[in-house]
Amino acid sequence: MRISVTVDGVEYRDDVEPRTLLVHYLRERLGKTGTVVGCDTSNCGACTVHLDGHSVKSCAVLAVQANDREVTTIEGLSRDGQLHPVQEAFHANHALQCGFCTPGMIMQAIDLLADNPDPDEDEVRHGLEGNLCRCTGYQNIVRAVRDAAQRMSPGSGPEAERVDETTVVDRSPMHAGGGE
Amino acid sequence: MTATAEPEVGKARRRKEDARLITGATRWTDNLQLTGMLHMALLRSPVAHARIASIDVTEAVKMPGVLVALTGQDLAAEQGSLPCAWPITEDMLAPPAPSLAVDQVNFAGEVVALVVARSAAEAHDALSAIDVDYEDLPVVLDLDRAVEDDADLVHPDLGTNKSATWVFDSAEAGTGSDVDQAITDAEVVVERTFRQQRLIPAFMEPRSVVVDPSPGSVTMWSSTQVPHILRWMLSAVLGIPEQQIRVIAPDVGGGFGGKLQVTPEEVLTLLVARRLGKPVKWTESRTESMLSAHHGRDQLQRITISARRDGTVTGLKVDLLADMGAYLRLVSPGVPILGAFMFNAIYKFPAYRFTCTNVFTNKVPTDAYRGAGRPEATFAVERIMDELAAELGVDPLELREQNWIKHEEFPFTTVAGLTYDSGNYEAATARAKELFGYDALRAEQAERRANGDPVQLGIGISTYTEMCGLAPSRVLGALRYAAGGWEHAAIRMLPTGKVELITGTSPHGQGHVTAWSQIVADRLGVAFEDVEVLHGDTRVSHRGMDSYGSRSLAVGGVAVVLAADKVLAKARTVAAHLMEVAEDDVEFTAGTFSVRGTSTTMALGDVVVAAHVAHNLPDGVEPGLDAAATFDPENFSYPHGTHLCATEVDTRTGAVKIRSYVCVDDVGKVVNPLIVEGQVHGGLAQGIAQALYEEAVHDEYGTLTTATFADYLLPSAVDLPHFTTDRTETPATSNPLGVKGVGEAGTIASTPAVVNSIIDAVRHMGVSEIEMPCTPMRVWKAIHGRGDGVPTTPGAGGGLGSIDARGGAE
Repeated sequence: MRISVTVDGVEYRDDVEPRTLLVHYLRERLGKTGTVVGCDTSNCGACTVHLDGHSVKSCAVLAVQANDREVTTIEGLSRDGQLHPVQEAFHANHALQCGFCTPGMIMQAIDLLADNPDPDEDEVRHGLEGNLCRCTGYQNIVRAVRDAAQRMSPGSGPEAERVDETTVVDRSPMHAGGGE
Repeated sequence: MTATAEPEVGKARRRKEDARLITGATRWTDNLQLTGMLHMALLRSPVAHARIASIDVTEAVKMPGVLVALTGQDLAAEQGSLPCAWPITEDMLAPPAPSLAVDQVNFAGEVVALVVARSAAEAHDALSAIDVDYEDLPVVLDLDRAVEDDADLVHPDLGTNKSATWVFDSAEAGTGSDVDQAITDAEVVVERTFRQQRLIPAFMEPRSVVVDPSPGSVTMWSSTQVPHILRWMLSAVLGIPEQQIRVIAPDVGGGFGGKLQVTPEEVLTLLVARRLGKPVKWTESRTESMLSAHHGRDQLQRITISARRDGTVTGLKVDLLADMGAYLRLVSPGVPILGAFMFNAIYKFPAYRFTCTNVFTNKVPTDAYRGAGRPEATFAVERIMDELAAELGVDPLELREQNWIKHEEFPFTTVAGLTYDSGNYEAATARAKELFGYDALRAEQAERRANGDPVQLGIGISTYTEMCGLAPSRVLGALRYAAGGWEHAAIRMLPTGKVELITGTSPHGQGHVTAWSQIVADRLGVAFEDVEVLHGDTRVSHRGMDSYGSRSLAVGGVAVVLAADKVLAKARTVAAHLMEVAEDDVEFTAGTFSVRGTSTTMALGDVVVAAHVAHNLPDGVEPGLDAAATFDPENFSYPHGTHLCATEVDTRTGAVKIRSYVCVDDVGKVVNPLIVEGQVHGGLAQGIAQALYEEAVHDEYGTLTTATFADYLLPSAVDLPHFTTDRTETPATSNPLGVKGVGEAGTIASTPAVVNSIIDAVRHMGVSEIEMPCTPMRVWKAIHGRGDGVPTTPGAGGGLGSIDARGGAE
């Protein structure tokens, strides 16, 4: 099937097999290997990307479902060499060790902060429940997300991450598909 | 001037590694794409024990994109047997371990056929066209049953399921007295059986292998902890000349011991790539990983402790059955033996006997998992100390204090024959009690008990030490391990004054690049940013013993120091020559040589250039300042600490909630406190997960029923508490950095702290044992005495709908 999809600001047109998962399309066709696969059951969240500004597990979305939509991956977050505040906060707070879960964790954290710009510890922990990390015990990840909240004044993130209210209404079907 | 203003060692440097990890610019093995690359998929046995009557791959070969489909018969002549490097006894029984099963499968998940196709999807599609006929054999699962005389056998040719029995007896070794006598003479004896459930390392990055063959050489990228060991073993197993093999471990996404292995998949990818003359990639799915990558723990521990009425311990007797699974992998047999020296822990037992029998079952092989033998030992001794305290009616912390080695008694030679160089258990415990509010929590506990509160409070204690920094080579030799425990480092002084450090350790998340840069920066007086650390490629780092056993800093970091010292020694000679003074008059501080008592100085960078251009060197001095060093430690290092855990146990539901967790660890000198804290956090998470959540469960046919993350419960952020961590610092005396190692500490101490706290909460209700993981169902049944007639095992994780063998959710 023919799809047209914008990934990290670049529009791609490709023929894909109907069964191709979005994560495999990103990794194998587009070379967007910053997004990774950690499990087969949508439990780990390592493959989390944004679809029209909201987090989805890209192993639970078909590439064809991304047709005419906009995908942001970890590789599209920094602009002009400037890291996203959540990326900066993960570095500053030692919120990663092996780093395999990190792309998904950062993408989910950005989504969480879009919903709740100043979460307390409990809210961060619940907001990241669908993303597993085996290295950090989560403590520094929680610290990083709360630190990022302080670094981000509302609307200061990259253009692609800004979400208006109309898009928010559209998110529920993707969440059902995203195994969250 | 590149001198650093303040010491780098001890600074909370942010990691160099992060830059690519937070931007997605990573180099995981599965990211590699080579021109003409093919993909391998593996068909795994769905049954745990069977003869392979026939395999038919005819239809698979006809599938689109398929180049070849192979069975064990096709590779039998060339695949060799996977290596076991630790024959713990002279008469240890080890079955042949084929990468691809030839005529029999011995665990569910063993590879029976492979397909290579143009794409991974096509290779996987073709697996379903392979037809295998299995003739079932009796399945051996239960450890106790497996060692009975009339037991069914995993490997009938061996005539027994017992691989080896390893004994340490303090009376025979001359390190203590006879334990049976101690038990006979004792005023108090407590006996318990503990079960160390089977765990799955569950590194986040699934394993992946890429092999690029070319005539006369082969390059393997693998998601491994041990590129150097892997290269050696591939050569030994397959007969490929070692100089023709290059192994690269690129970014590796966690290991925890789980990637300390020479795997069937690495061998098979190499064999098919060589056969086809094309690059081949294999990447596992999560379920494949759980079904075939080695598991950890899985022991039955029968523990007897003897003591006087006044609380003085007099003896400890340990009888273990350790589940090897179906085969002996790289260090499987030695894992429980690493625990042999740790059951006596920080206590002054006068008599000790350890017996371990390694047992074959029809399950995934076990091998190293974070702590490897030492968490099991620490769990058993810390649990039995609590049971003894209950028996004697004394505070469990006071009982520990009465029996532990006092700080003024170091160095202390233990009943297991190890000499602990340094430690201060009093200091760590005092700090932990203070942070925890021990006395206030005890008061609250008493109040809740008196009030009959449905939510009871428990306090769990775990003190620990561990032997890490693996290892003195001569000790490994004495334990019949096939390799040494040294580590290597080399420094290249580049003409611009920058530094390349090559390490034989193979980091996979720990942050060696950052920490090693700090060490070099301090030692040579160069800027942290000016140091590049190279690792994980056998063509670049040709000598190394890799990363495991909390060894990297305590052994590999020390090699870095020694290499830097060699650079400086030569630089001093050259500097003295250039400044026309005697070497003894030359001092080195903060990157600059100076002549004592004068204002004459020469920066290291200038000496580097002079040595590089070699226009004016002393006679007999070779150009350049590069140096290499190999460090073989004299002793293990012995981190220790005190962990305190408060849990609230809802006696109506069995639900356990960790209310506070305090740990004070003493890991010696610290190079980077941020990294140390991170290691402790991660270790705690894995140890707590063993106590509360994780278990590899098999049904009665030997099928792993917890083969996804939906069934095997890795804790998420909501399942873990906030940790309060602190440190005391008694430097190791066995190495110039004074470091002890931190990778495994949290995992070792936390499991018994949590379980002790749960039992402490409900002991007054008649509970003295709850099997791990302490799921709500198990806790509830322990409280309400419903152990009989209600299924108690298996129980996967905590309530994600897992079904046990009898169809009941646990």
